[in-house]
Formats: sequence, C-alpha cells, structure tokens
Amino acid sequence: MLPDHREEKRGERRQHGLGDGPPVEVGAAPAGGEAAGFQPRITAFVCNWCTYTGADLAGTSRLHMASNVRIIRLPCTGRIDPLFIIKAFERGADGVIVSGCHPADCHYTLGNYHARRRFAVFHDLMEFIGVDPRRMTFSWVSASEGAKWRDVVNEAVTNVRALGPFEAYRALAPEDAGVAAPAGSSAEIEAS
Amino acid sequence: MNELREIARTLLTDGTVRVIIGWEEARRGARPVFITDPADTDRLIFDTRCVHNLITYLNPRRDNVAELGKIGLVVKGCDAKAVAGLLREAQLTRDDVVLIGVRCGGVLEEAEHPEAAPLSPENVAPRCYGCDNREPDLVDHLLGESQPEPPRPVMTIDERVAALDAQPLEERWAFWTEQFSKCVRCYACRQVCPLCVCERCVAEKSRPQWIEASPHPRGNLSWNITRALHLAGRCVDCGECERFCPVGIPLTLVNRKLQQIVAERYGYTVSDDPENPAPIGDYRLDDQQEFIK
Repeated sequence: MLPDHREEKRGERRQHGLGDGPPVEVGAAPAGGEAAGFQPRITAFVCNWCTYTGADLAGTSRLHMASNVRIIRLPCTGRIDPLFIIKAFERGADGVIVSGCHPADCHYTLGNYHARRRFAVFHDLMEFIGVDPRRMTFSWVSASEGAKWRDVVNEAVTNVRALGPFEAYRALAPEDAGVAAPAGSSAEIEAS
Repeated sequence: MNELREIARTLLTDGTVRVIIGWEEARRGARPVFITDPADTDRLIFDTRCVHNLITYLNPRRDNVAELGKIGLVVKGCDAKAVAGLLREAQLTRDDVVLIGVRCGGVLEEAEHPEAAPLSPENVAPRCYGCDNREPDLVDHLLGESQPEPPRPVMTIDERVAALDAQPLEERWAFWTEQFSKCVRCYACRQVCPLCVCERCVAEKSRPQWIEASPHPRGNLSWNITRALHLAGRCVDCGECERFCPVGIPLTLVNRKLQQIVAERYGYTVSDDPENPAPIGDYRLDDQQEFIK
C-alpha cells in the first residue's frame, strides 16, 4: 500500500498546531458520553462584503469565539448554491453557517433577497427530508457586527455540539470513500 | 372525441400545424402519438387513460420534436400549467404551438388499461383531487363537455405529506434515505419532466462534480434534493416523474411539499397564467425571514 501523504500531512499539521488551536469552550458541553469532547466541524459560507468583513472585525477586535468554524468566502449570498451546503455535509461537516449582508445592504443590490427565498425553501425542504434545522444557521451579519458574528458562531457551535456528529449523513458514504477524518478532530474538510 | 379529431384534421389540412401530438389507443392502453397525416386523425382519443403530460415534447431539450414544424398539442389543465411554465421562462413562444384543450374530469393513475375505466377512489391519480384547472384558459380551442370533479383518492397527497410531517425528524430521515437509496440514477424523472429544461444538467458535470454520479445513497440524496429544489415553485404536479420512476420513489410527496412551502411563504400557486412570476427568482422586500438570525 502506498503511504498516504495526506494522512502524514495532517499529522504534521496537528503537531505544529496549524489551524488547530485549542478551541474555546462554548456553552455547556453535553454531560458525559463520547460526545463530551466532541468538536464539531462547521463550514461557514459568507459573503465577501459584509459577513467576511464582520468576521475579520471580530478577529482584529480579539473577540474570543469557538474555533470550529471554517470560513469560505464568496462574492455574495446570492452566489451560494444549496449544493454547497450538501457538499459540505458530504465532506464531513457537522453543521453549516450561511451569512451575508442585511436586507437592503447587498453590494449587488438584490443578491441577498434572492438568497433569502432560496434558503427559506431549502431550509424547509431539508427539515422535511429529516435534517435537523439546527445544523444550518442562517444569519445577516454586517461589516460592523463583529460581536454578532461571534454570537452566531458560538450559538451554532453550541447547537451542533448538542446534536453530536452528523453520523447519519456520514453513514450514507459509499464503502470505498476512504478514511474519514477521526471524529472529534477539527481537521479541515478536505477539498479533494 | 369527434370534436377533437375534427379540429385536428382541420389544423393539419389547412397547414396551421405540421404535427398533432395527442393520445391513441394501443394494445395495452393509451399512449402518446404524433400525427402528421390528416387521414390518421381518427386515431386520436381522449379519456381517463390519457395520463401522460405531452408538454415534455415541447421541452427545448427535445429539439428533434421542434424540427417537425409547428406543433398542435392536446392538453389537459395540468399540462397547460406546464406550457405556462415554459412560456414564463422564455423556453417557448406562444406562437410555436397550437393548444387544443380538453375539459378533464381526472385521469387514472396508470395509462395501461384496455378500456377507459370510470374513476374510483382506488384508481384515480391522487394529484387529480382538488385540481383547480380542469378547464384550461391558456388554450386555442377548448373541447368536450363539462366534467364532474374527480373522486377523492383513498389517501390524498396532502394527507400523505402531513403524515410524514407528523413523524419525528429521525423517522423522516430514515424514510427518505431509504427511498432515495433505491434510486438507480437513470434520470427518468428528469428526462420526462416538462420543466427540467437545462441543456446540461448539473448532475452530469464532472469538473467540479457537485453530484456524485454513481448510485449510492449519498449521491442519490444530493441528486434528489437538487432535482426537487430546481423545481420549487415550478413543478406543475403532473406526477410524471413518479410514474416513470422504475424503483417507485414517491417523488410527488417532495414536489407537493415544495408547493406547500412556496404557497405558505409566498402565497404562490402554480397556474396556467404565464405572466405570474415564479417564486424563486423573484423576491419581495418583506419576505419572511424567521429562520435567519
């Protein structure tokens, strides 16, 4: 068997602690059980103009927040296809955040209005299919709302931690899908 | 029926249309037929076995049909909604087609009956119950006599959706993942759909591959969610996807759920009025956003 360079690399990263700093404890961890030490992986799809800048502000303001969120920056919430969310779950995310400019603040005037309808329908459909809506956080965070971003992140992490790993989705993976990242680690979602 | 054949003959003879698409009697029941010779118009029928949504032949993906020349189509009310859908999205111009509307009192669940059976709660297509468009407006000719309302099926689609909705999340997840795991990814649901109009479907894109192509539960879930979402606010509830599904996935339930969502949130019901914009792709400043923090 060929050595798995990817695994090696992951190990290295963990050793050096790159992108894997000790997560800040948020909210009460669920009592007992394996899930007690569970660190959820959350993918955030954010718009470039408001939420990304807001998250940046949270960082430059040295606000403390859970480090379980991986941000993917997109031009606009209108650019976020529901397939992105499905893909995130497929690749092992336990939860997702979609966030953008407040209504009437869209850099492209209308993008977030269209996104609002799209995600309303998506949200309801996923609930019908049986996905817990608490795994999907939608929010409006403006460039000046660093503190709101912190709260959104912390709340999403608390919610998803209480729900536990999204094993139900992972169980759908084909058998030859390769080794899943160990549960509880906050390894980055591989974009293979 | 004579009225239908008469109109079809006239349209073909005077050259208004080059082909009439309707239904004919076949060995196992009714089936779609393309008629180009006026002498053949006697083959046309319309009865409760004419379940097919013929608008699928107007789908721009089927350019081989458009090559036949101007088309005359026999349409039920539900089919007229699909025409409106294509017009609304500029996939068709009204002059491309002559619509021969038929007053409809509901159809059977399956087309394969040797004779036109009267409708009963056991054999009626569930989608026919509560139909609001049994006499379509969007037609050039409206034929037949006024029909009685279709009977109530043993269990209506809304009742089945409500029954699912009443179950806990885990049960729904188990139900749908089991249903979708049956999917063989033949894409019959897409091919037969009058409104799946993309020339190249996202399911077939491989760079990047958004939807895994092989039929395993995870890819199947992505595919089925995507198919449903792309039809949100557009589906006309003709039920062809479910009827064509070789493994019997109850796609009508997902489609109906999406209709309920857009009705509740945006007060939208799909109609045969092409001027009424579809809810996705449209917006209002005061749309609900209770799910957004």
